[in-house]
Amino acid sequence: MANITEKISKLFPQAVIEGDTTPVVTIANAQWHEMAVALRDDADIKMDYLVTIVGMDWTENLGCIYYLMSTVHNKIIGVKVLAEGDRNQPHIASVADVWAVAVTYEREVYDFFGIVFTGNPDMRRLFLNIDWVGYPLRKDYDQDPSLNPISTESERQSDFTDVYTVDADGKLDKQQKRIFEKEDFVVNIGPQHPATHGVLRFRTAVDGETIKKIDVYCGYIHRGIEKLCENLAYPQTLHFMDRMDYFSAHNYHHALCMLIEKAAGIEISRRAQVIRVMMDELSRIASHCLFIGTYCMDLGATTMLFYTLRVREQILDIMEKTCGARMTFNYDCIGGVMQDLAPDFVDDVKALLAVIPKNLKEYNEIFTGNVIAKNRLVGVGHLTREDAIAYGVTGPSGRASGWACDMRKLQPYSIYPELDFEEVVATEGDSMARFKCRLREIEESAKILAQLVDNIPDGEYCVKVPKLLKLPVGSWFQLTEGCRGAFGLYLESDGSAKPYRLKIAPPCLPQACVVDHITRGQKIADLITIGGSLDYIVPDIDR
Amino acid sequence: MQDLSFITTWLDNSLRSFMPGWLTVTVECLLIGVGLLLVYALLALFYIYYERKLCAAFQCRLGPNRVGPWGLLQSFADMFKMLIKEIIHLNHIDRFLFGLAPYLVIIASMLAFAVLPWGNGLQIINFNIGIFFLIAVSSIGVLGILLAGWSSNNKFTLIGSLRSGAQMVSYELSIGLSVITMVCLAGTMSVEGIVAEQQDLWFIFKGHIPALIAFVIYMIAGTAETNRGPFDLPEAESELTAGYHTEYSGMHFGFFYLAEYLNLFIVSGVAALLFFGGWMPLHIPGWDAFNHIMDYIPSVIWFLGKAFVLSFVIIWFKWTFPRLRIDQLLSLEWKYLLPINLVNLVLMVLIITLNWHF
Amino acid sequence: MEVTTKSMPYEAWKDNEYIESLVKELQESGTNVIVGSLDKLINWGRSNSIWPLTFATSCCGIEFVSLGAARFDMARFGWEVARSSPRQADFMMVAGTIVNRMVPVFRRLYDQLAEPKYVIACGSCAISGGPFRNSYHVAKGIEDIVPVDVFVPGCPPRPEAMIYGIMQLSRKIKVERFFGGVNRQEKLKEFLAAHPVDGVED
Repeated sequence: MANITEKISKLFPQAVIEGDTTPVVTIANAQWHEMAVALRDDADIKMDYLVTIVGMDWTENLGCIYYLMSTVHNKIIGVKVLAEGDRNQPHIASVADVWAVAVTYEREVYDFFGIVFTGNPDMRRLFLNIDWVGYPLRKDYDQDPSLNPISTESERQSDFTDVYTVDADGKLDKQQKRIFEKEDFVVNIGPQHPATHGVLRFRTAVDGETIKKIDVYCGYIHRGIEKLCENLAYPQTLHFMDRMDYFSAHNYHHALCMLIEKAAGIEISRRAQVIRVMMDELSRIASHCLFIGTYCMDLGATTMLFYTLRVREQILDIMEKTCGARMTFNYDCIGGVMQDLAPDFVDDVKALLAVIPKNLKEYNEIFTGNVIAKNRLVGVGHLTREDAIAYGVTGPSGRASGWACDMRKLQPYSIYPELDFEEVVATEGDSMARFKCRLREIEESAKILAQLVDNIPDGEYCVKVPKLLKLPVGSWFQLTEGCRGAFGLYLESDGSAKPYRLKIAPPCLPQACVVDHITRGQKIADLITIGGSLDYIVPDIDR
Repeated sequence: MQDLSFITTWLDNSLRSFMPGWLTVTVECLLIGVGLLLVYALLALFYIYYERKLCAAFQCRLGPNRVGPWGLLQSFADMFKMLIKEIIHLNHIDRFLFGLAPYLVIIASMLAFAVLPWGNGLQIINFNIGIFFLIAVSSIGVLGILLAGWSSNNKFTLIGSLRSGAQMVSYELSIGLSVITMVCLAGTMSVEGIVAEQQDLWFIFKGHIPALIAFVIYMIAGTAETNRGPFDLPEAESELTAGYHTEYSGMHFGFFYLAEYLNLFIVSGVAALLFFGGWMPLHIPGWDAFNHIMDYIPSVIWFLGKAFVLSFVIIWFKWTFPRLRIDQLLSLEWKYLLPINLVNLVLMVLIITLNWHF
Repeated sequence: MEVTTKSMPYEAWKDNEYIESLVKELQESGTNVIVGSLDKLINWGRSNSIWPLTFATSCCGIEFVSLGAARFDMARFGWEVARSSPRQADFMMVAGTIVNRMVPVFRRLYDQLAEPKYVIACGSCAISGGPFRNSYHVAKGIEDIVPVDVFVPGCPPRPEAMIYGIMQLSRKIKVERFFGGVNRQEKLKEFLAAHPVDGVED
């Protein structure tokens, strides 16, 4: 870490660097773009993966914290940039040309905080309607429902997008740009469509059956979780983690609990850690099983869904016995887990481990080896390693492109460093590779479970935690591995019992915005193949 | 083999005894029409139930079992519901064509019923180009689908119907060529003649290799003709919501739904006719006792049984395979099936001229 | 009159009073025998063939998938014909949160359903906004947007609860009136008049 910070201060002497494990560099807006290029390209720094952009409202000024990660040096840094201009029109230089995914992340910040990114080619709102009044994540946002009433009238839609530039005397200049060509045949796929896995909307310009361009619209299930968290005590924020990516419920819970425990300095027992990791891996298997099923169903092989759900039901049974619920478990809590394991947990897991290889074999026989499936998947939706990194596509989708991005290995947490498992990486980068990566990840998760199932240590499952938990002033950032990729959490505390800001960086948002890039020139049917293979969960995109 | 034509002859004679000729024909036509509609509706309902139960079995489920014994009345309930469901009138559509489309589809499949050999002597019309007529009328259906897609004024239906057009026109070729292959072997286009030719041995055995190839191609092309998985692109659920019939509701949709299952029956019925002897029982040359026993099974059961078994295979396809993409679908037809079919036709002709068939 | 189904004894149902009040209302308005038995036939068909629209926004949708799977198998009741096109579906299982931006789409979907159409509010989000009630971008229950026939509580409801909910809907359909009297459609018109959509004439 030290040589990276040294290099940065050598290149940019004006920058202020704080912190040591995850240093945060503060830089003025004027130099930010220049610095971004240097951070990405300098061989000693090589921050080529933009994890997330955290928009911030420190009441006296607005700004952003960019979290960057180096895929070469495996280090994370934050860059803090304060917005120029007053609260009515704050602006920051866009880095959309440096990291491809920044286009979407900057739109998100614009949507929530009203910070304009000068130079971003597509400065529209991301989640909210174009005529939404106010910026909801600002601290002075007026939540009066009469300002933004619920209307059954169709939302207003513009065929134009805005591009802002700064002119010579520091004023913002707005230009309008067409999204689609005038003569394009635009098909609206979604938000109510069987293959978008929820309520995502693609406006697709097609030429016959060939896709020319896709414009992704999110926000049809945007529930404002980040804002809700700001008004809830820490233990209360936990249950939202179940309801974003509902397949990674345990993983996300685990992540937030860990972050809060880290911030509060709570040590949890080894038993709780083992239980958490086992639950994580069980949900990973269940999640990938459902992925295989729904993916095959999207491709027309409906029967596979029923075979994969069989394993999922078995896992849900195990969870139900211990957690008492089938989907929204709310099991991990600050200090450990809610209840102790069910008495027959170990036997159930062993029974599950016994059937998994058999089932995987069956899946391969029915689907993977099928000649139609091969024709539909191989070579479709090719994503290169560079693009995967630039678009921040993590998880099995990123690993299928040859980017070893498993946060369990890169940013080891909990008891993962002690476990023996392989990181599944493929190099083809097509839909088939993404599909196979998930199949193999089931095996790896089963391997982890096999190592742990007989070694669950005794001890308390939950340590005592003060009822009203207050965190010290400060900010924390952490990356963990959900079922669908790197799950980032940023927490800023002002010393009270509620988080000042809790930013959730979901793995699915970048996966949705890479769709346009990899579907161009493919057929409409391939949109379903590609979208399915990326395996995004819409409530996770929208939060 | 019991000849069932005595029923029709008796009916004809008794009607003629007290009616003038023109009235007799009218009455007979009406009777046939009513009978046809009844069979049509019952078969469609049976097929819906058949597929739902089969699909459930493939998917380790139970399938419908609450409405009536073993869920037998499930499709009747569905039909009652569909009959009184609202038919939505849309703005900005071509009303005439929109209304016409489902009828075209259903008429196409109904006309094909006319020449199917239901049993010994049970055939509505028997004329010398029966099989030709069948191919001709079954392609009217594509017109209905094209109209449905176009007149709905919806982008999904338009894409669905264009896909359907491309698919049907291509696969019609394969069907036609494999039918011609078998017509060569039979030496006649008359349906009765084709069945009679299979008196001693079914064509699938008689024509051995080329007949087998023609059968496989026919089954693939037939599945594509009926818009069923893995060729269900025109109504690919996960791509185009419901494809060409997205905008149809109530009984209009019901017509498409019924026609889909009826086409399934027709395709398997024609396969039974061309390759498995129509209503002809299984006869093995030399095994006289066996042949005699086989003759006791009524011819209607033979025909329906064969059709149901072949439909089972097509349903099996649907619930096993993923869907093809449109370009793959077309290249399968034009690059593989069509050349193979042409070569197969030559092979069949050679075998017939050299007298190498059984 | 006991309104029950093959799958469950009458006493096992929870809210028989509500169904009985519907039956009473039906009997009071008086119908002759022919119309009555025609109604029965129609209601038999309708109540046994309720096809869902594939509509899900979040977690509850996954439980709905489980409901279709081998373990809970809604095909037993004939509900497995999930139609993707609203024109062909009978009821809408509102599985998941409805947010402001989704409301117009949701309402349009409801308007696109062909009569007779039913709505089941499935899960606490659809009933009241659930855990997201205080959010700036969530509709506080779908009752203000469309008329709801059955509420199924839970977060998400278990598949068994969903089966119970749809069976309740089936029971409700059984005591409906197709011919004569104040039927459902007129009540619906009242609702639509009270909840207008701009630019659409109902």
